[in-house]
Amino acid sequence: MNNPTNLKYAKSHEWVKHEDGIAVIGISDFAQSALGDVVYVGLPTVGTQVTAGESFGDVESVKAVSDLICPVSGVICAVNDELDNAPELLNEDPYSAWIIKVENVTAEEELLDAAAYEAFCAEEE
Amino acid sequence: MKVIFEKSVAGRGMQYLPLCDVEEVALPTHLIRSEAPKLPEISETDLSRHYTELNKRVHGVNSGFYPLGSCTMKYNPRIDEEMAALSGFTGIHPLAPEHTTAGCREVLDTTGTLLCEITGMDDMTFQPAAGAHGEFTGVLLIKQYHDARGDSKRTKIIVPDSAHGTNPATATMCGYTVVNIPSAPNGCVDLEALKQALGDDTAGLMLTNPNTVGIFDENILEITRLVHEAGGLCYYDGANLNAVMGVVRPGDMGFDCIHLNLHKTFATPHGGGGPGSGAVGCKAHLAQYLPQSAMMDGAGHIQVKAFAGNFLVVVKAMTYILTLGKYGIPEAAKNAVLNANYLQTKIKGTFEPAFDRICMHEFVLDLSKFKKETGVSALDVAKSLIDNGMHPPTMYFPLIVHEALMLEPTETESRDTLDWAAQVFRNLYELGYKDPERMHSAPHNAQIARPDEVKAAREPILRYQG
Repeated sequence: MNNPTNLKYAKSHEWVKHEDGIAVIGISDFAQSALGDVVYVGLPTVGTQVTAGESFGDVESVKAVSDLICPVSGVICAVNDELDNAPELLNEDPYSAWIIKVENVTAEEELLDAAAYEAFCAEEE
Repeated sequence: MKVIFEKSVAGRGMQYLPLCDVEEVALPTHLIRSEAPKLPEISETDLSRHYTELNKRVHGVNSGFYPLGSCTMKYNPRIDEEMAALSGFTGIHPLAPEHTTAGCREVLDTTGTLLCEITGMDDMTFQPAAGAHGEFTGVLLIKQYHDARGDSKRTKIIVPDSAHGTNPATATMCGYTVVNIPSAPNGCVDLEALKQALGDDTAGLMLTNPNTVGIFDENILEITRLVHEAGGLCYYDGANLNAVMGVVRPGDMGFDCIHLNLHKTFATPHGGGGPGSGAVGCKAHLAQYLPQSAMMDGAGHIQVKAFAGNFLVVVKAMTYILTLGKYGIPEAAKNAVLNANYLQTKIKGTFEPAFDRICMHEFVLDLSKFKKETGVSALDVAKSLIDNGMHPPTMYFPLIVHEALMLEPTETESRDTLDWAAQVFRNLYELGYKDPERMHSAPHNAQIARPDEVKAAREPILRYQG
């Protein structure tokens, strides 16, 4: 597995990148591989209040629909609309294909670094 | 094979409608079509052959083993169809004078009484058209109950993560926020997680027992007690009632309301799009909120479908219950459980169960180790089963098991069929190690090869394009 070391990871398999006080959020390589081919991403709208540990959208693969769990609390300031027409980006390059950006971050789930996350995934398998 | 529109020949057709013997009434012009609908024109002979040809291309319970988990694909006795075809039941109109439909009323009352006895409920409606519609109606009972008490702070419905996807959808449709709670390692409700989720904002809990991994939750009395203590109500999803009907009653487990899939548990062929019946039962304290027909029973209550719902499905359910009787109903449930355990045990040693214990009516195989070692996925195994003349089990569900195959053989399969099915699974397990390519490219003998499911989901074509 190739999980970038500059990212933090939630146990619900989302990644977080902190960029100038903004949290950028996507799903991990492990998540996209477990989901299989993603066919639809249910995206939230800009301005939505999100809470750490709660769902902010969902991804539909040929297997199932799964909730996207927000690793942080805050307000959504950007949404990756490209995923509307190209949900396969989540499979092709999960670490470039961000899903939302959150500002005014007030709380954060317990997040793991790349090494700890890889160990966690190995246990899950 | 050609679709029926391609077989259409202009001017060919059948005239079966009787001559009009009442005064013709002209529709307002805005309701009249400007051109005739494009209906296929085809002779009765060709029509009959068309559907027989289609029938040959599908796999149903009448053609072979169909262990589709959580769907209870059991054989439905012909006598149920015969009763539902009686002209006294088919030739009626819901607005016919009451004295001409007393027999139909009696069917509804009798079936309601029988199902209340089986489920431990006090009252029942047959309005909902099928399972998810029944769930919606059941949760509306909970909502009306809280609303009537002015208890508006209860905004959350608790759903375990192993639940059927319709549960959270139902709660959302009723305006509730869904709180997902994780399962304990044994697949049952995690009591600590439940306690944490409960509060004065809890409207209710939605649960199926036995649960989706085929395990009866032994803490059920404690679970329903905790929910009631917090002021919430308990909703029983009847999806898995086939495992316990006549043996244990949801009402005695502490549930306040339930829905039943009559088409599934009580003998109507299903899976083809209906009609079904999602009967909803409740305890006395919710009875006043049950839907009624506004046309027949006056206003002041909810109505979720016209009149009494899909009445003929109720006729079949009544026939089924009366045919099996007080001793046959629990015997069917026990045989469903016995068959599932027999099949699980016979497959063991190859594909391993996700929860290695006595199961109820269904069990889940976890193929993640098999996939890691062979590269063959649950999907590949499912496709290979088609080559062997078996309908695949439910795949990739429940989500808490990776590479899941969920099998529910039902009570209507013989030991011979189960032995054969176990052997097919064992053979495929070996094939995975010997010739995984063969399984990646399955099915090889089916009507169609493996369709591109990703393209179908991303670019769906939902109607005939001709």
